[in-house]
Parts: sequence; structure tokens; C-alpha cells
Amino acid sequence: MSNGRPSQLFRNKSAKIAAIPMIVTALFVFVGGTAWTVVYSFTKSGLLPRLKWVGLDQYERLWSTNRWLVSIENLIIYGLCMLVLVFVIGFILAALIDQKIRFENTVRTIILYPYALSFVVTGLVWQWILNPDFGIQSIVQGLGWESFAFDPLYNADIAIFGVLIAGLWQGSGLVMVLMLAGLRGVDQEVWKAARIDGIPAWKTYIFIVIPMMRPVFITTLVLVVTGIVKIYDLIVAQTGGGPGVSTEVPAKYVYDMMFRANNLGQGFAASTMMLLTVALVVIPWAILEFGGSKNRG
Amino acid sequence: MNNSVEIKNLDLEFGSVKVLQNLNLEIGKGEFLVLLGSSGCGKSTLLNCIAGLLDVTAGQIHINGNNVTWSEPSERGIGMVFQSYALYPQMTVEGNLSFGLKNAKLPKTEIAQRIKRASEVLQIEPLLKRKPAALSGGQRQRVAIGRALVRDVDVFLFDEPLSNLDAKLRADLRVEIKRLHQNLENTMIYVTHDQIEAMTLADRIAIMRGGQIMQLGTPDEIYGQPINKYVAGFIGSPSMNFLDGRIKGREFEFGDLSIPMTGYNFVNGSPTDSETTLGIRPEHVVTGELVGNAPFQTDVTVGLIEPTGSDTLVDCELAGTPFRVRMDGQAKVSVGETLRIGLNPSRASLFDKQTELRL
Repeated sequence: MSNGRPSQLFRNKSAKIAAIPMIVTALFVFVGGTAWTVVYSFTKSGLLPRLKWVGLDQYERLWSTNRWLVSIENLIIYGLCMLVLVFVIGFILAALIDQKIRFENTVRTIILYPYALSFVVTGLVWQWILNPDFGIQSIVQGLGWESFAFDPLYNADIAIFGVLIAGLWQGSGLVMVLMLAGLRGVDQEVWKAARIDGIPAWKTYIFIVIPMMRPVFITTLVLVVTGIVKIYDLIVAQTGGGPGVSTEVPAKYVYDMMFRANNLGQGFAASTMMLLTVALVVIPWAILEFGGSKNRG
Repeated sequence: MNNSVEIKNLDLEFGSVKVLQNLNLEIGKGEFLVLLGSSGCGKSTLLNCIAGLLDVTAGQIHINGNNVTWSEPSERGIGMVFQSYALYPQMTVEGNLSFGLKNAKLPKTEIAQRIKRASEVLQIEPLLKRKPAALSGGQRQRVAIGRALVRDVDVFLFDEPLSNLDAKLRADLRVEIKRLHQNLENTMIYVTHDQIEAMTLADRIAIMRGGQIMQLGTPDEIYGQPINKYVAGFIGSPSMNFLDGRIKGREFEFGDLSIPMTGYNFVNGSPTDSETTLGIRPEHVVTGELVGNAPFQTDVTVGLIEPTGSDTLVDCELAGTPFRVRMDGQAKVSVGETLRIGLNPSRASLFDKQTELRL
């Protein structure tokens, strides 16, 4: 600094000025809104926010509510199944399409198409398909298999898997496209080298190609996980949380508490818990992923 | 059975496009063969066929006396080195060298031995624990050669291995590949578009064009007696001068000049009277004191000078046709000056104007 080097703060002035509105928005809306929500989760806010402190009462009530516990359980089941299956299905589809098939563009478009639909449409479509009176069950029964039963949405024990089917149908296309882009990024000569080395295709995928696709996997993971945590509209359109509370999810709990039950405090407490859960996953990962990069240079 | 690789009547078609046509090639044991040609001539395709990475349409490929036309690449007894190195980026150098061997279920001691030997030969021992990303281009290509080396095979295939390197490294590694060939005495098939690489490395060069081999011969033959005008123009830098004229008896008539072709070795005896192209390399045109000994002498006006240090290229015109002369780098010459040059017909080439074949 002593040799007259300009201060870091005033370098690239125009770029910094241009970024100010976004920085202000981010600070005010995201950080400010988050802080505000966390603060009011410790109050007895009802229809309107009120600064009447009740300590951890809202949280105690939250964790003793059956509906919230079911929501969390559903999110875990849906999340884990979705995460594993969407990656497996998406990758297999991408690997199949990567075999230099004919009409690749057409097939790719068909598989990606569900992603272009809104969750409300997907939810409704699958609600009808899974409806025992005029969906798959009635068609199969109409073909002569009278005892056939397939009505996941009407069985509280497995209703969440009915939602999972719809979620997979919509989400696999996006994963496939991302994976396909990743596969295309792998040098063809690496494949040739592996063939010369006599390595079977499945081993080449697992030990060579997939490790090379790590950045694509991380991007996809972030997209899929955020999609899982914020799942709301699919549930509303497909099951409405039913039968009973068997397909409730945390985001729906928050919405219902805040805008239907007129219990803002409870909604804030639930959303704070969601934030905490996401933070518990993201922060250690971010430290691992980006914290080490400084040491590596 | 002295041939290491034999290619018999090989055809390759992609749909209606014929990439290789009725190609025959025999490569002796321990020979260094270079496939040379401009891009799209089918040289890499031919190499991929030999490696088994492409299925041929018709014909046979024999390696070490075995018909391997339909064998898997790993069963053919070949190792291959690629232009983009094609290393496995998530594995260390050692992992790259050993992955194929581990997969083939070789005993651990054998693998360790082979890696030790290959890394000694290529001097990559200090790099064994590093990942490819931490290596320079030259080091990466050395590891790629090592991966072919540990396979302990008789035939090495190189697909433009030096094209991704800068000029200096290319020259260094070229020498190393030549030394490697001298030490190992393996058969090597090497694809390149760089004629310097081809000339320096090859025992024999196969010049390819349009899916066919135009000429197969030692670097000397290819340079000295090109079989047609394409090969003559392709080999040599700066490229050969071509003069279109007529051959009449033993004289080549060109504009108002008449060049005696005494001393030229005609392939099928001298033709009587036909349209002919005379090709003469810029480095075979003599200047200065040597002109006195040349059978044909003339004067040209210096039009442009390109000094390259070791030699100087002079652009001029010979009876209206652009003509280049290579002079020694120390020679004093200036634009507009009249230069006495001499040609020696025994070092020139004559091509039929229609068929472009050597006469």
C-alpha cells in the first residue's frame, strides 16, 4: 500500500456500482427477511406479526404436532428415494442416449418434456392416472385382470410413493439432460483408451467417466436437493396432503400455518427449522468444497 | 512370416461414404511406419481400424500372424497413444499405468515390475504419485506412452501424439520416440500430418489421400522420387516448383526455355512428345559458384526475399511462372538483382500433365 497502489475498495468502480442494487436486494430481502422470520418465530404472532415473546413455545408446539412429524418423515422418505432414483434413472437414460442412437433429438425432447410442465399439471395428471376409478387400475381391470389393485394415492401407508412417481416422471428429464451434457464433455479418446486397455464399459463409466463428471454431478445435486426441500405445489395438486395427513410436507405446513390457520409464529418456527436443516447439510459441504481450495492454491 | 501387421483388401464405408478403399499394407517386424497425409485422408481411420476401434466393412487385418479383424482392441496385442493423451484424470500416473493391468488380473508383483520398467525408460518415476492435471503436456504424453508400454505388446499405434505440444517440446519428444523405437525394437505405426515428423521418424512412409495409399517408401524415395505430382507437392518445405511445358525428345520445352533432360531416369523410357510438368525443389536449384557445373543455366530477377536464418528463400519468375530458389543464409542478395541459377535434371521430377504420374 505504501508504494501508492490504489486501494482495493475503489478498483473496478463501475462494476461495483452496478452490483449495488443486487447486493442491497440480497441483503434486505434474503438476509433481512430470514433474520426477521427467525426473530418473530420466538413470538406469539397470530394473524399479524406482534413482538410478544414466548421463548421456545412455538418450537415445542411444532415438535409435538403429529402433522409436522409426518411432514418431516415424508420429506426424508421422498427426498432419499427421489435423490437416488432420479440420479440412477437420469444417468441410465443419458448413457443410453449417448450410444449414438437415431432420432436422438426427438427422444431427448420427449424425455425432457415433462420438465416443461408446471408441478400443478403434473400433480393433476398423475392424480388421474393413479385414480382407481378411471386410471391404470380400471384399465388393467377392464382388460380382464379383475383382482388388480394399484391405488397408492388412496392408501395412507404408501401415498407418498404415488407422489414420488410423479416427481420422478417430471424430474428425470432434467437430470438426463445435465448428465448427457456431462457425458458429451468426456473426450472420446478416453473411451478409446479404455477399450484398448480392455476395460468393460460399465467399469469405464464407474471408475473413469463418472469421476470426470464430478462438477456436473454437484450442479445436478444442488438442483435436485433444492427441488426436494421446496416441494409444495405437487402435493397440493396431487393429494392435497391426504389421505389424512399422510402426504404432508414441511413447506405445505408452513404455508397452511401462516395463511390458513392465521398462526404466523408457528409458520415462522417451522420455516426456521427448514432453514436449519438445509444449513446443516449445506454448510459442512460448502466448507469441504470451497474452504480447501485456498490451501490447494 | 516376418510381417508384424498385414492389412489385406481393407474397405471401410460410413453409409455411402467410402473412407478406405481396397487398402493393402504390410508392415515388417520392428519397422517404424508413418501414415502421412492431410486431414480427411483416412490415416487416423486406418489406425483406428488396426486398433479395432472401428469395424471394417470388408478385408482382413492380421497382427503377428493372427487374423484379428473381429477381435476386441484389448486382445490384439497393441498399445495406443492418442493426440489428447486420453489419460484417466482422476487417477494418479501410477493408477493410469496399472488400471488396465489390474483389470486383466495380472499379479501385483508383475504389475509393479512393468510400471517400474516403463517409468525408468520414460523417466517419469518422480511423477508416479501425481495426477495428470499436475503434469505438463510433454509429461502427460510420456505417461500416455507409458500406458502403452506396460501392456508389453509388439505393436504400438500413435495417433498424432505430438500435435498438442508446442514446437520445442514436439522436437524433443520426437527424438525420444525415435530413441524409444531404437531401444525397444517394437513395430510402430505412427499417424501424423507433419512431414518433418514423418521424415525424421519413419523407416517407411505411406502417403495417403482419399482413403488410398499414394506412395509407400523410405523417406529418401518419397523425397527423391515422388510417384506423382500430389506426393511431390506434399513433401518438402518450401514446396516443389512446378513448370508446365512439353517434353520433346530429351528436351523439356518451357516458354522460350529448353532444358536438356540428360541424366534424368525415366520410369518407362523417355516419351516422345507430350504435355509434361517439371518439378524441381527450391533446395535443388544451385546459385553462386556451383552454377558453372549445372547442365542448365539461366538468369532470373529477384522479386522477394524471405530470410529464415539458416537459409534464404528467393521468389522470382522463370518464363512467367512463379519460382522459388533456396540460397544459403549467408548469401548476399537484394531485390531487383539479377541472379544466375542452375538446374540439374537428374534431381528433378517429370510428371505427365494429364495423369500427374511420374515419367
